[in-house]
Parts: sequence; structure tokens; C-alpha cells
Amino acid sequence: MNGFFPILKRELLAYFRSPVAYVFIIIFLVANAGCTFLLGNFYDSQQASLEIFFLFHPWLYLFLVPAVGMRLWAEERRSGTAELLLTFPVRLTSTVFAKFSAGWLFIGISLMLTFPMIWTVHFLGSPDSGPIITGYLGSFLMAGSYLAIASLTSSMTKNQVISFILSVVICLVLVLSGWGVLSETLNTVFPVWFSDLVGQFSFTTHFDAIRRGVVDIRDLIYFISIIVIVLMLNVVVLESHKAS
Amino acid sequence: MIRVNSLSKKFNNLLAVDQVSFEVKQGEILGFLGPNGAGKTTTMKMLTCFIPPSSGTAEICGYSILDDPLQVRNQIGYLPESAPSYEEMLVGEFLEFVAEIRGYSGMELKRRVSIVIEKTSLSEVENQMIDTLSKGFRQRTCLAQALLHDPPVLILDEPTDGLDPNQKHEVRSLIKDMSEERTILISTHILEEVDAVCTSAMIIANGRVVGYGTPDELLSQSLYRNSVTVSLKNEDPRKLLDDFNQLDFVYSVEHVQDDREDLVTMRLYPKNKESISRKLEEYLFNKNVQLEQFTVERGRLDEVFRQLTTED
Repeated sequence: MNGFFPILKRELLAYFRSPVAYVFIIIFLVANAGCTFLLGNFYDSQQASLEIFFLFHPWLYLFLVPAVGMRLWAEERRSGTAELLLTFPVRLTSTVFAKFSAGWLFIGISLMLTFPMIWTVHFLGSPDSGPIITGYLGSFLMAGSYLAIASLTSSMTKNQVISFILSVVICLVLVLSGWGVLSETLNTVFPVWFSDLVGQFSFTTHFDAIRRGVVDIRDLIYFISIIVIVLMLNVVVLESHKAS
Repeated sequence: MIRVNSLSKKFNNLLAVDQVSFEVKQGEILGFLGPNGAGKTTTMKMLTCFIPPSSGTAEICGYSILDDPLQVRNQIGYLPESAPSYEEMLVGEFLEFVAEIRGYSGMELKRRVSIVIEKTSLSEVENQMIDTLSKGFRQRTCLAQALLHDPPVLILDEPTDGLDPNQKHEVRSLIKDMSEERTILISTHILEEVDAVCTSAMIIANGRVVGYGTPDELLSQSLYRNSVTVSLKNEDPRKLLDDFNQLDFVYSVEHVQDDREDLVTMRLYPKNKESISRKLEEYLFNKNVQLEQFTVERGRLDEVFRQLTTED
């Protein structure tokens, strides 16, 4: 793990040294509020819970998380610092996980800044804190999965824009595969088990349960294994870049 | 020390480095010369374990680049070609970051950072954003990073690239000062640098080693080796040419462009590139001429370089 924390620290510092961090946080908070109160008709639901707030997270993350992750490797390769970073006596796996963790921590900080939502529901009624905690946990885990994919696509190109678009497309597929409309369409052509199988790979399917306060160990394993597997792929991609 | 054993690198169909072997011992500074795209940087990238070789291997202080890349990296201080660094960091912050990665902390970290800052004369920009630095300071920041862990082996890819003559001089004397207890490999295409800092030089072209030796050995391959240029006052060029051609130690004579009307300048090439200054001096003295200039050349590295790198 030698080198993990210095790299994490530097990466996190890099976020806050650039205006991107502040733009991201502001857009994230405004979009969260907009989705919850305007699109989600939070007040009309007459419920003191954050279900509606979390409902939009898969869609918000779709565009915002790739924006956080797109620079992770693309920027290192463009500016040539990859040559420095990857010739330090640190294992590539540590470096990949350290950089990912910095981005994840940054998203976690942004997520924590949505705390006024918790105040709001407490002010409006007496919410069940279980689903709130699991909702935040699930949302954070899901953001990690998006970020792992963004980190992977970032390692495939020097161009941040290409990295962004690639990860949005991949994440969109993973969001849509659990979408009700899609599974109904699939059911008309394929047997039901097929749409279920497709749905099992989706972020939405696994997040929905956690969002409602049902913590199934399988959902947690799903997100964690997505993160680990995709980051290992990230390592492989970086290794193969070096070889060619 | 560095021991390289028939190292090759193939990119798709392009053979970038072809069976390169060499050895650099402690206390030596090997200058790596070659035209752009000759394979210098690729070789260095393989030695620092940034890219794996297609075949062959190398050892750094006894550690194999194939089996022990982390140990190899511990032994090496590396300055990559474009001297990259994190632009959004302060110089001091950047050096502390690298020191942390190298495993230092607390007082030891502070001590090491301040030593390299002093060595590379960076103290005036220590609290400045790297983004705002001039090319010379960036180059030195990246060089400082390579020295933090006091490595036994230094691999510097064009360390004086983009520096002004004063800065070049500073960096060269820094490299020379460090050479005693270290093994240093530098690449350059500035030929004067080889003569100024290197104990030996290697010329590579199209991925192959085409010349290897001390700077003096390379110079001895030059056509100009030991040639003598003389400027004489009030002489008839044609007669002088004839006279010089009769000398038994002279291989050929060339009439060089005169920069003053009353002067005749001739370049005499010796037989077998032997030293002829003594004999010529004696001859001119007996001839009783008005000698204005007498220059002996050691040889021209740029000409040797062209000769070796443009063959076939």
C-alpha cells in the first residue's frame, strides 16, 4: 500500500485546485434540489422521506460522475505526468485504487453537502432514519461504480471528452437495463428470465432496494464487485498501453 | 550500475530499439546520443520499467527490470523527456509529495526536500505554482524530484533541454558533482554536452548502437582529427599549397576561406590522423614566415555524429 495515501491526497488536492470541483458541487446540489422539488414533486408526495431525492441519483450521476472521473488518467497521459507517476516505486494496482478513491471521496463530500435535505424532512415530519442512512450508503456505492467506469474509460484515451462520452454511454446502458419500460419491451420478445437477467446487471435494480431501506447483502456485493472488477480492468488497460 | 543486455523494443512493426547492450559503472556518466527517434527515450523508458522490453533484459544495481521493477525504481532517479510535473501544485508541495511516495515522513522528509531545493537552486520559487514557472525552473523542479531519495542511478532524458547557457552550465556542473558516487545515464542531442560532462558516449541510430567510446575516442574518428589550420601573412596561396603538399607528413591541404585580404589560411590534414603540430611548427619556423594563427583540432563530434548516423 506504499504510495496509496500520498497519491490519494495529491489527487484530492488537484480536484480542489481546479474550478471543476466547485462547479461540480454547485451543479450537483442545484440539480439535486431541482430534481427533488420540481421534477419529483416532493411536497405533493406528503412523505417525510428521501425516497424521491434518491430516485434521481442514477440519472444525475450519469452525467456528473463521468465529469469527475474523466481527468483521472487522460490528464496524466496528456501532460506526461503518467511517466513520472508510473515510474515511482508503487504498484500499479495501488495507484489505480488511490486515484479512484480520491474521486470517490470527492463525490462523497459533495453527497454530504446535501445534508439540508435531511433537515428538511426532519422539519416536515418524523422520518425513518433507516432508509435515509441506507439511501446515502447505496447512493455512495452506486457513485463508486459509475466512477470506476469513468476511471476505466479515462485510461483508454488522452482526450477527456472522449473519456466522458464513453463512460456516459456505458453507464447509460447499465442504468437502462433495469428500467421498467425496457424490461417490458424485452418481455414481449424474450422469456421473462431474460429480462430479469439483464435487469440483474443494472445499477437501478440494485439501487432501488437499498433506496427503499432494504439492505440486501447481494446488492452491496454487486456494487463493490463492479468497482473492483472494473478497476482491475483499468489496471490491465494501463499495462497494455505500456506494452504497445 | 547499469548493465543492459541486448534490449529490444518493437512497436507494432517498427523496431525502435534493436539489441542494445552496454554497461555503465559507478562514477561514470554515459552520454546517449542519437538523432530524434533513434530510440534513446525508448531505451530509458525500458530501464525505468515504464514500458516492458520486447526482448532482452537489463539490470540496475543487480535488480532485473523484468523480475524486480519496484526495487529497480527505488534505485533510480528519473527525469523524463519533457520534465513533467503537476502544474496545479506548488514546487515545495510537489517535492513533498514525491518524498512521501518515496516513503519519507516527518523531519527526514523536510530535510530531504530542503537539500534538493538547495542543490537545484529552487528556493526562490519554492512557494510558487509550477504552472507559473519558466521552462528552466520546471526542468529543475523535475530534476530535484529525481534526486530526493539520493539514488545510486540517475537516468536523465535531455536534462538541459530548453535551458539558457547559464542554466545549462549550472545543471552540467550539478551532474558532474554528483557523478562520483553515482551511475549516470543522460541523453542529449547537444554534442558539446558530451565533451563537457560525459566520461563515455554512445551513439545510436535507428535503434542500433553505431558508436561507443570515450569522447576522445569518438573524436579520433573525425576527418578533422589533428588537422592544423594556419594563417600566414603576405604569402602566395598557390605556392604555399604546393609547398605544403610536398611535406611527407601531410595527407592533403585545403585552402580555407580567408577573412582578411593579407592572410592566407590553409588546413593541413595529417597522414593517419597523427599529430603533426611539432613537425609543422619546425617547418614553418625554418621557412621563416609571418604566422598569424596556428590551431590544432581534436576532431569534430558533429561530423562523427553525422558520419555514423547517416550511413546506409
